[in-house]
Amino acid sequence: MSLNEEVDLLRKIPLFANIEPSKLKLLAFTSERLKFREGTELFHQGDMGDSAYIIIDGAVGIVVSTPNGDVKVAEVNKNDIIGEIAILCDVPRTATVIADQDVEVLKISKELFFQMVGEFPQMAVEIMRELAIRLEKTTSQLTQALNS
Amino acid sequence: MEKTVYKYLIRYSLPQQIWLTALAALSFPFLYAFYELPKRIINGAIQGDPEDFPIAIFDFDFDQTGYLFLLCGGFLVLVLINQVFKYYINVYQGLTGERMLRRLRFQLFSRVLRFPQPTFKNMSQGEIIPMITAEVEPLGGFFGEAFALPAFQGGTLVVILAFLFYQNWIMAAAAVALYPIQLYLIPRLQMRVNALGKERVRLVRRLSDRIGEAVQGVPEVHIHDTSQFVLSDFSDRLGSIFHVRYRIYRQKFVIKFINNFIQQLGPFFFYSLGGYLVISGSLEMGTLVAAIAAHKDLGGPWKELLSFYQRREDAKIKYDQVIGQFEPVGMPDESMQTDEPEMIEPLTGDLTMANLTLTDEVGDNVVDGISLNVTMPARVAIVGESGSGTSDLAQLLSRLLYPTRGGVSIGGRELTGMPEAVTGRRLAYVGQQGYVFAGSLGFNLLYGLKHRPMQEFEYEGEAKSQRTWHENEAEAAGNTTLDINADWIDMEAAGADSPESLQAQGLRALELVGLDDEVYRLGLRGTIDPKERNDLAEAILRARASFRDHLEEDDHMADLIEVFDRSAYNTNATMGENLLFGNIVGEAFDMDRLADNPYVLEVLEKVGLTERVLQIGYDTAATMVEIFADVPPDHELFQQYSFVSAEELGELQHWLTRVDRENLIGLSEEERSQIMSLPFKLIPARHRLGMIDEDIQEKLLDAREVFARDLPEDAKDSVEFFDLDTYASTANIQDNIIFGRIVYGRPEATERVSALISEVIEELGLRDTVVEVGLSYDVGVSGSRLSSGQRQKLALARSILKRPDILFLSEATAALDTASQALIMENLLEEFADRGLVWVLHKADLAREFDYVLVMRSGKVAEEGTFEELISDGTYFKQLLDGA
Repeated sequence: MSLNEEVDLLRKIPLFANIEPSKLKLLAFTSERLKFREGTELFHQGDMGDSAYIIIDGAVGIVVSTPNGDVKVAEVNKNDIIGEIAILCDVPRTATVIADQDVEVLKISKELFFQMVGEFPQMAVEIMRELAIRLEKTTSQLTQALNS
Repeated sequence: MEKTVYKYLIRYSLPQQIWLTALAALSFPFLYAFYELPKRIINGAIQGDPEDFPIAIFDFDFDQTGYLFLLCGGFLVLVLINQVFKYYINVYQGLTGERMLRRLRFQLFSRVLRFPQPTFKNMSQGEIIPMITAEVEPLGGFFGEAFALPAFQGGTLVVILAFLFYQNWIMAAAAVALYPIQLYLIPRLQMRVNALGKERVRLVRRLSDRIGEAVQGVPEVHIHDTSQFVLSDFSDRLGSIFHVRYRIYRQKFVIKFINNFIQQLGPFFFYSLGGYLVISGSLEMGTLVAAIAAHKDLGGPWKELLSFYQRREDAKIKYDQVIGQFEPVGMPDESMQTDEPEMIEPLTGDLTMANLTLTDEVGDNVVDGISLNVTMPARVAIVGESGSGTSDLAQLLSRLLYPTRGGVSIGGRELTGMPEAVTGRRLAYVGQQGYVFAGSLGFNLLYGLKHRPMQEFEYEGEAKSQRTWHENEAEAAGNTTLDINADWIDMEAAGADSPESLQAQGLRALELVGLDDEVYRLGLRGTIDPKERNDLAEAILRARASFRDHLEEDDHMADLIEVFDRSAYNTNATMGENLLFGNIVGEAFDMDRLADNPYVLEVLEKVGLTERVLQIGYDTAATMVEIFADVPPDHELFQQYSFVSAEELGELQHWLTRVDRENLIGLSEEERSQIMSLPFKLIPARHRLGMIDEDIQEKLLDAREVFARDLPEDAKDSVEFFDLDTYASTANIQDNIIFGRIVYGRPEATERVSALISEVIEELGLRDTVVEVGLSYDVGVSGSRLSSGQRQKLALARSILKRPDILFLSEATAALDTASQALIMENLLEEFADRGLVWVLHKADLAREFDYVLVMRSGKVAEEGTFEELISDGTYFKQLLDGA
């Protein structure tokens, strides 16, 4: 897959929907294109993170380790971004991400990610929206858990 | 050393000086004749009375012309004889001087090697180096001429004077009438120059000390922005030196002025007084001419003598000032290092200290009268707060330091007077920072085994006679005649009997300190010369084959490597690499400048690729401009990812607007080379620009063929083509095994590949071979290409390899990571279980595993006993333990 195809793909992701193509090209060009085989880890809970990942192909599972063992909490599919929390607020990875099948990703470095967010308020808004949705989800899950 | 330079001269070169002086004396009769003859030629032959001829000499009759030519012939012979004398004397002087200089330097350096350790606290490298190199240099000249020059020139002067006095004493007296004034004045003036000279030497020494310091501390200069401060200090010192030197110049030229003036008074007297005498008829014209000539010659030796006098004064100062620095208190005798006992008994038995005291330069007792007996063999820990004398004690015990009072003995044998041949082979000491010498890792590992030559080097033919010459010269200059090319490695000391078992021992030592893995990795990144080490190269080729087999068996692995294949484009390599399909040897090609290479351009032209490559260049440039146009020029992204620099990007942007993509052939050469250089750097798998399509790849494979086929004869050795059956001498071992490229975009690739390489290497039993290559790794100046941890481990391994009876360590692992510390301690405790190990520990709790513990407090052993004995409440040791 060439750079131009990657750019097309990025445009389909809501986060990057309103970003001009040359910037997406920069994003794609300066990102590493990585393949992970089924069952391998993209990153591990507790490690320090220096990059976020955009899933280009395949699906990954989010696994959180608890006192009762590892629990798979979610699955992330094509066109989603993962790992952005650790680079947004400099905390260790909050979960382990494992390739559920053979996966292709774009690895975006922290510096580039911040530059893009700084340059495109639209992207910041998208991230906020995404985070808010997740927060809402988590809160309702928590409420559920407390009630049951 | 001899107190004065003359004593030194007489002690080491008396016969030569006598011979030189004798030669000078021998030359005087000829010299006299040389001055006498011109007078005869003028008065006897040219102006002679024709009635005196023919003259009979040895039964031959000579008429006036014949007589003239006879005398002139004689004159010519004398010229020759005098010059031969001069030549021989000069050469012999040079020889004597250089030998003496060599001797002096050798003695000075050998003294440095014997300086008691504390000397180096007050004397820096920066001072020692110029003393041995530059400062003594002029002494070489002086050594040769010290006696011969005054004898020869003084004699010449006397001869000429004798000649003059014999001719006409009044005139002669007139010519030298002013010499006494010179003899009076000059030494007085010279004394001032001497004083200044001493000052200059002192200042220059300080200066070089400063330079040395600045070089070593240059990071601090950067960190603290002190460059101007340092420069100002330097300028100040230069100013002082300048001032002194300028005053010396002035003084010297005052002396010269007086000399020259007085010298020129001579002719004044000849012309006036002599002229008057000729006119009045009481002096022959020939005599006056000869006298004037002789006086002119008088000037030469007289000047020589005066300048010799100045050089002599200079030499005296230099000698005094250098020698004074090389006689520190407490320096052991030379025999301490040269003695080679017949039998070197192991230093086993109890370690006894008797009133052992070490006083530092301000008079404090750092080690304060320790009397103690430690049973050996044992593993002894020494603990104490910093400054309690622990490290000093370890250095005293290993005889690195000499005690101020008292002594150390091992098995009843006193250490103090023992030659280093014993202590240096039976004991070992490693401090906090072991020193690593420039050279290979292996050289450093074996350093501790090189005490004396073990095996002569066999010289043959020319080399043999050269070696004999070297040896004779070394002996004549009092240098050591031991041959540096001999085999110095004492294998027996390492418990080895062959190079193979020595290597095994070396590896073991490296393992004990946990350095073997690192050396192995260095080996993988090392190169070998397959011509020299064909066995290694073949072994690596076997590894390559085996690595290939593994790739074929394992699909996943095969995905991680794109192997070199002559008939396939390697998408994980640059276009340049794909074209050359080999490693560059020498300077004929430059991977970064292929677009400027005429042959490369010719090849592209041949396969009809020029225009396509230019177009790809154009497209790449356009993409770069599109992507990076808005990125700030100093942004990290630029440096990391862009093919072009920020300045170039601006140019390109401008350029793209006015160039037609369909007509790139007509570009100027410079533009072409700039545009064309871009595609050569493209790696399809990495950059994903989608520009190197199948069609281009196909064509480039053709170009690859043409490139190899048509390579001119003189460039044949410039590229080492990838060939499955050939070891690539310019590539490192790892690349030789892989014989391909690790693919981009597979995070697990590097790890998996190195694991597979290790597997292959283990299977083929090549690990030792790789480690051997790692041992040839060049560690750089002071081991600077190693990390400080690696250096320290190497220093430890070196000490272990020579199998000392007692190993002394002073916080030798304190700077290493905890895992290494634990590993080394465990290994050494086991290794030295039945030998001696004395370890100054930086943490008291590390003493747990030791047989015996000495606890030091302000220079004394406050407590001693086993760990269990000492751990009871109320002990100082317990305090230390809890404090830690």
